[in-house]
Amino acid sequence: MDLFNLAIKSIFIDNMVFAYFLGMCSFLAVSKKVSTALGLGAAVIFVLTVTAPANWLLNEFILKEGALVWLGESFAEIDLSFLRFIMFIAIIAAMVQLVEMIVEKFAPALYGALGIFLPLIAVNCAILGGSLFMATRDYTLAEAGVYGFGSGVGFFLAIVALAAIREKLKYSNVPNGLKGLGITMLITGLMGIAFMSFMGIDL
Amino acid sequence: MKFLRELLDKQKPMFEKGGKLEKFYYAFEAGETFLFTPNHTAGIKGAQVKDAIDLKRMMITVVIAMIPCLLFGIYNTGHQHFLATGQTAGLWEDFGGKMLIGLQLVLPIVIVAYAAGGLVEAVFAVIRKHPINEGFLVTGMLIPLVVPATIPLWQVALATIFAVVIAKEVFGGTGMNILNVAMTARAFLYFAYPAQISGDTVWTYLGDQAVVDGFSGATALAVAYTAGVEGEAVTSALAAHNTAIGAGLFEFGNLFMGWIPGSIGETSTLMALVGAAILVATGVASWKIIVGGFAGAYIMGALMNLLAVNEYMAMPAEYHWVMGGLAFGVVFMATDPVSAAQTEIGKWIYGIMIGVLTVIIRVSNPAYPEGIMLAVLFMNVFAPLIDHYVVKANKTRRLQRATV
Repeated sequence: MDLFNLAIKSIFIDNMVFAYFLGMCSFLAVSKKVSTALGLGAAVIFVLTVTAPANWLLNEFILKEGALVWLGESFAEIDLSFLRFIMFIAIIAAMVQLVEMIVEKFAPALYGALGIFLPLIAVNCAILGGSLFMATRDYTLAEAGVYGFGSGVGFFLAIVALAAIREKLKYSNVPNGLKGLGITMLITGLMGIAFMSFMGIDL
Repeated sequence: MKFLRELLDKQKPMFEKGGKLEKFYYAFEAGETFLFTPNHTAGIKGAQVKDAIDLKRMMITVVIAMIPCLLFGIYNTGHQHFLATGQTAGLWEDFGGKMLIGLQLVLPIVIVAYAAGGLVEAVFAVIRKHPINEGFLVTGMLIPLVVPATIPLWQVALATIFAVVIAKEVFGGTGMNILNVAMTARAFLYFAYPAQISGDTVWTYLGDQAVVDGFSGATALAVAYTAGVEGEAVTSALAAHNTAIGAGLFEFGNLFMGWIPGSIGETSTLMALVGAAILVATGVASWKIIVGGFAGAYIMGALMNLLAVNEYMAMPAEYHWVMGGLAFGVVFMATDPVSAAQTEIGKWIYGIMIGVLTVIIRVSNPAYPEGIMLAVLFMNVFAPLIDHYVVKANKTRRLQRATV
């Protein structure tokens, strides 16, 4: 039940995009079409679900203060948590590389459509954010996995909804100065108001 | 009538292309088409309209459907004032006095909302060269109905301007927005100035008069939530509330009629249903969204009855229909044809989800006693996605049927 609550919380209440405004770059850039957004969203779900537990293991057995105690008593003093950022990013980059190869092999059209934004998931703040939140909140391994998956689904929902809105926006008559990113920013803000509906729920 | 027509015809050349006041053509056109049905026909391109109704008549129908709510709201504002200050207890006693107080409070709000909205609309119409639409008549009426009678007027003006500019005009005007304009205005007020639009004291106008001993201005939703937290049966807590100003204020029948404190136009479920009847009979609003909204709220309420973790969850599901603004929101906000789902199956999903979300927010979110505002906005955001998938499913189904 706790895991289920955590999933709901990470999808709606602590939504990566609308609660923390993380991962905005790919959120804004790859949301022109629903099909592309779907691909990127799925990639983010995958990467987050894999990297959160992987980074949890890394954190628990290597980086945390006293984590190296399994090597011997003399290592109990060592605290490598200052290496968190770079180590987390390394794991994430490796996972993204894996996703890239899979997508290129099995969905070349999607690979073309995602373009530069697929490798750039490696530096997507939502993904690093997921790992860092996981570390600071002291989740267990199972919780880390669920949290990664939930955050991914939250990002997925947000980007797909934005893409559908932007497809509908083709019928609108947006002033020239606001076309493109300008109006997308405004929509993101308005969507943020709508997502406020879940903020404050205590699970 | 003939005199008016002749007057307009005389002025027309001045506003047409090449005329002196060419810039203000759309301002002139707005007045003209408001008075007379325009005689132009649709071009070859675009939608072919085969009906006498146009956007303007449609919007006016919505305004007419809101009038019962508005009149009720005006009277109820006075009625609540008299109840709270203990002047007369009977429902129909001192009818004139109550109407007077209600009019004094509500009319300025309506005028301010219309003036602010109309001004923005006119400015954008001239700059962006789009016709002035009666859309703002609907928005300008909806906004006063969803705010408390005690709201400062400048806030009404600010919210109206914000909503019309950010939620509507940046997308190109009427028919192109993503979110419901009036709900955006209310959400803006709610998050920017929460002190004037939430809590227990804003719903009843007191003036400088003293309140009756033991009076509490809490709404039914707030009472129900508190009862849920304190583990008291919600129905009895509602029935026992505010006996100081007359028993049974929050009994089911009274909640349905709407003689309760709340935002100006949303208290009465009955009046919202009258509005719904007008909208559905004229074909302006989708009955699927309305039925879906009520059904969704009931289903979610019934599901919570099964779980019944706290007393609020155990509350009979039909109370969700009559408390707060669910009825008003479902009838007038959710059915906004622009921001709602466009596909027929999509309308069912959209309506039901609004009802479900409203009840979830009401019962489980301590930050908001009422959920309809954010439920409508949330589903507005997802309506294009719902449509996308309904259309896609339809395509797939038909492609399978086609044999090449």
